[in-house]
Formats: sequence, structure tokens, C-alpha cells
Amino acid sequence: MNEKLAISIEKLAKHFGDLKAVDGITLSVQEGEVFALLGPNGAGKTTTISMLTGLLKPTRGSANVAGFDVEREPLKVRQQIGVVFQQPSVDDLLSGRENLDMHALLYNVPAKGRRERIDDMISLVGLTDRQHAKVKEYSGGMRKRLEIARGILHHPKVLFLDEPTTGLDPQTRQHIWEYIKKMSRLEGTTVVFTTHYLEEAEQFAERVAIIDRGKIIATGKPHELVNELGGDTVLLKAKKSKEVAAKIRKMPFAASVSEKNDVVSAVIASSHKNLPIMLRALSGIETIEIRPATLNEVFIKYTGKGIREDSAEGGFWERMMNPNNR
Amino acid sequence: MMNGMGAGARTRITGKVIFMGYFDGVYAIWVREIIVFMREKERVISAVVTPLMWIFAVGGGLGASVQIQGMSYQMFMFPGIASMAILFGSIFYGMYIIWDRKLDFLKEVLVAPVPRSAVFLGKMLGGMSDALMQVTVLLLIGVAFGFVAGLPALLLAIAFSVIIAACMVSLGLIIGANMKSPEGFNLVMSFVMWPMFMLSGALFPVENLPSYIDIIVKINPLTYGVDLMRLALLGTSKFGMLYDIGVLVFVTIVFAYIGSKSFDRMQI
Ligand SMILES: Nc1ncnc2c1ncn2[C@@H]1O[C@H](COP(=O)(O)OP(=O)(O)OP(=O)(O)O)[C@@H](O)[C@H]1O
Ligand SMILES: [Mg+2]
Repeated sequence: MNEKLAISIEKLAKHFGDLKAVDGITLSVQEGEVFALLGPNGAGKTTTISMLTGLLKPTRGSANVAGFDVEREPLKVRQQIGVVFQQPSVDDLLSGRENLDMHALLYNVPAKGRRERIDDMISLVGLTDRQHAKVKEYSGGMRKRLEIARGILHHPKVLFLDEPTTGLDPQTRQHIWEYIKKMSRLEGTTVVFTTHYLEEAEQFAERVAIIDRGKIIATGKPHELVNELGGDTVLLKAKKSKEVAAKIRKMPFAASVSEKNDVVSAVIASSHKNLPIMLRALSGIETIEIRPATLNEVFIKYTGKGIREDSAEGGFWERMMNPNNR
Repeated sequence: MMNGMGAGARTRITGKVIFMGYFDGVYAIWVREIIVFMREKERVISAVVTPLMWIFAVGGGLGASVQIQGMSYQMFMFPGIASMAILFGSIFYGMYIIWDRKLDFLKEVLVAPVPRSAVFLGKMLGGMSDALMQVTVLLLIGVAFGFVAGLPALLLAIAFSVIIAACMVSLGLIIGANMKSPEGFNLVMSFVMWPMFMLSGALFPVENLPSYIDIIVKINPLTYGVDLMRLALLGTSKFGMLYDIGVLVFVTIVFAYIGSKSFDRMQI
């Protein structure tokens, strides 16, 4: 096995009864890489992370994290990783600070410099003022921030972040991402994160795997995946959008065509030349907008639908999530 | 804010670190359990109220017309009820894992870089501490009402409680680790907690019992706990101290082994 690989996954699958939550994925992540698993709700992102961190037994296939097989040497794997769960797992009855103290003990953070490290992490996620309050009294975003502080506290070699910034304000998001990128650069930390924010994957991931219904449908550098589309995204608003979409689908220079709420979206190759041709063939267009293509169009290309279309909030994990339960 | 970074900052995993890490892990989990217990006042209060109901309602009522072995019924049943407090506290404690699992607090511990046996041990010490706090409160109340005669009896009862708690908490953790949802709670009450309590000699002497009861009483580890408690508080024992302790220690080792394996297999 390649020593430079932080993670290698071979035909990994997890079935829940008849449901193939993860359906035979093969993937590898380089050491020090920042890698995104991008997919809609229920795609199998969390299930994948759970198998990589030893929390779920794969139904089939194998996975290797930091040089160790997740099933055969789970403890060795756990000694190399940090995990930020989608649903915060911080302890309600402890204060934010106590949560980190506990974690430091549990994760062998050297006593020397422990306190300073915890101070740094608390201030990174902006919880200095509230560090002594019980987590019970935290908002959802604060819990998530504490969870992030805890995940990176012990300088893991491989860091898993399951939707790390969902529910955080843009400023905090940016701030935390800057830190994680810097950490990856300076310490060689491999970072694997999941997200259903396209922008987040485009902006922060060096490489991304797009996952849908348990299958990886594309892998590559975000800009390469977008460039492969070979065009710009054109958005057309039209009353008879279904008809318009059908016409566009037949045009040789159009790809990734989708239609929703009277808006047709398509990737048009050489738009400077082809857009006029296209418009001449269509009628009833109300507005038109041209912008650079994004990963959303990549997703449409492979699945025929936009990443957010059937992703109503409230997947399995969201339903389980009710912080005011205790 | 960015200090503490750089390649040297990561802990190198060496044999010594792993060894120390094991006990740091046990300690961290133990401390967490104690803090959580102390902060959940409802748990502390209910843990003491139920046994008191038994002593004063059942013991007082029945005791008005019943004497056992030449002493008041309340006097006789007190060591049994103290054992019950340990049993109930321990099984409830073990089943708390289900809530931790449901509310996700368990995940952090399950991905921690310590062997699951360390997690088990930390939880076991935590549960023993909880159970000891509960039974100590009960014993102190017993002192006030004359069920506990003096300091030596009190200290001996607390010492024996440690052994009983180790056994019962291990059992509770086995149940907690293998149960996926709180729905099984009532089953555990009906098929584990109540029978273990009823058929332990807590409420009646284990003499001249019908044979079908006698068998169950003899294989019930709590029987030997009750016997120890009676030795500490009343000075009488049916099986003898060494035999009681031997059985409890042996059963604890078996339970702890099974529990530790259950933790090993535990998924989210
Ligand atoms: N423990 C479980 N039992 C049964 N089904 C499950 C379980 N965990 C997940 N699933 C199902 O597996 C599928 C994948 O779920 P998963 O949580 O991995 O998705 P996800 O990509 O993380 O989605 P989200 O963006 O909502 O977090 C979903 O259909 C989900 O309902
Ligand atoms: Mg998820």
C-alpha cells in the first residue's frame, strides 16, 4: 500500500437492512490533503465517516486510516484521528472548558502546555466568555464550535469533520476554516470533511468526491471537475420552463440541464458563440443570467438533479438531533 | 492563537505513553461520571427515596406484626434494602449508557484513543462511586434510626458495599452496552432487577426455602451481597465472609470480562 496515503478505502459498503447507505465506494486521500465528501442529505457521508472512525462495522469492503485497517486495528486508528461529529457529542452537564479538560486527558495531551492549548482552542472558536457555562446552556452553534475545538485539540494526524460549519455564521466559518487549513499546512494534518455546501467544498477542499445514494459519482480537484463541464452556467427564467428545458437538452453544446421553479439551468460550451444561437431557438424567455459553472452543475451532470433539490433538511441525523432532550 | 503548532507538537506514541494513557483514560471517564452524577440531583434523590420507602412503609407496616430471628423486621431488612440500593443504582447507572448513546455523548468516548476496556473500567469505577455515595447516605440514615450500630459496623458495611457495587455495576454495564434502545428498560426491571432483589434474601431469611426458590437464591450474586451486609450490620452470616467475598469477586471478574468485550463490540 502506498505510504503516502492517509486513507484508502476499497469497495466499502454499509447496508441497513435493504438500504445500501454506502454502496461500495473506493477512494484514497493523500497525506496532508484537505478532502471533501460532498453530497446531499442521506448520501452516506456520515455513515462513511462512522466506518472510518471505527464506530460502525462495514458490511463489506475495507478501509485503511493512517496505515491501519479500521476493522483489524481500531485502537491504532483511534490513536491517529480527531473527529468532529455532525451532531455535537459534547457533554451537556459539563462546562465547555471541562469538556476540553476531559478530552485532553482522554487523548493524552501532554500536561505541559495543556492549559495553554485549551485556552487557544477556546478562543479560536470564540467561546472564551462562555467557557465556564454548562454546555446545556449553549446554543446549537456554540455546541458545534466546542465540538470543533475538541476535535483539533490533540493535534490529530487525520481529522474528520462531519458537516463542521453547518449552522455557523459566515464569519466564524471563515475563521475556523483558515485555522484548519493552516494546521493542515504546518502539521501535515490530513483533513476529511463532509458538506452539502458546494461553496465550502469549492473553496476549501483540495480534492472532492461527490457522493450520492451511497455511490461516488465523481472525484477530482474542484476546479478540474468544473472545467470538465467545459462551459458557463446559464440560468433562464421562463413561464414554460419544462418545454424550454426539453429544447435545450437537444442542443449539442448544452449539458447538465435541469429545471426547477420556472428556472432552467444549463452549462453552455463557448457561451459567447452559442448563447445567441440558443436564444434564437427559444421563445418566452423572461430573464437570463450567466455565471461560472460550479460543482452543482457537476452534480447535475452525473445525477440529473441539483444537489439541493431533494435534500430537505431532516435526514436521519437531524431527526435524532435534539439538544434539549436530556 | 496559532502557537502550539508545528510538527513537534504532536504527541509521539510510545509504550509508556500508551500505558499512562490507559489510566488517564480510566481516570477521565471516572471523573466525568462522578461530576455528572453529582449534577443530576434527581438521580441522587430518587436513589435514596426508594429504599427509604421500603424500610419505613413495608418494614414499618409488616414489622408491626412480624419478627425475624428475634429482631424487628425493619432491623432485619435494612441490610437487604441497603443491598437493593446498590443493585438498583448500579443497573440504572449501566442503563444510562443507552441515553448517552441516543443523545450522542457516547461517540466521543468510543473514538477515544484508549482501549475499550479502559472505557469499561472508567465507567465501572464511576458507577461504583455513584452506588457508594447512595448507599452511604442510606447507611447514615440507618445510623440515625439505629439500624446501624456504631462506626465499625458502618465502615465495614461501606467496605463490603465496594465489592457488591463492583459486581452489580459490571452487570449493569453489560446490560447497558447490549441494549440498543430504552424500550427494553421495563423488561430489565421485570426480569433482572425485581427478581434479583426479591430472591436475594433481602426480605426473608434464606432458610428452609422451597427448592425452586432456593436454587435461584443460590445462583443470584446479590444473595451473597445481602449476606455480607447482614454480617456487617447484624453480625450474622449464612455463608461466611470469605465464601461471600469469593463468590462476588469471581462473578465480578466474569461480568467485567463480558462487559469489556461488550464495549469492544459496541457501535453507535
Ligand atoms: N443507524 C441507521 N439505521 C438505519 N438507517 C440508517 C442508519 N444510519 C443512517 N441510515 C440511513 O443511511 C442513509 C445514509 O445516511 P447518512 O447519515 O450517512 O447520510 P449523510 O450523507 O450523512 O446525510 P446528511 O447530509 O443528512 O447528514 C440514509 O438514508 C439514512 O437514513
Ligand atoms: Mg451526515
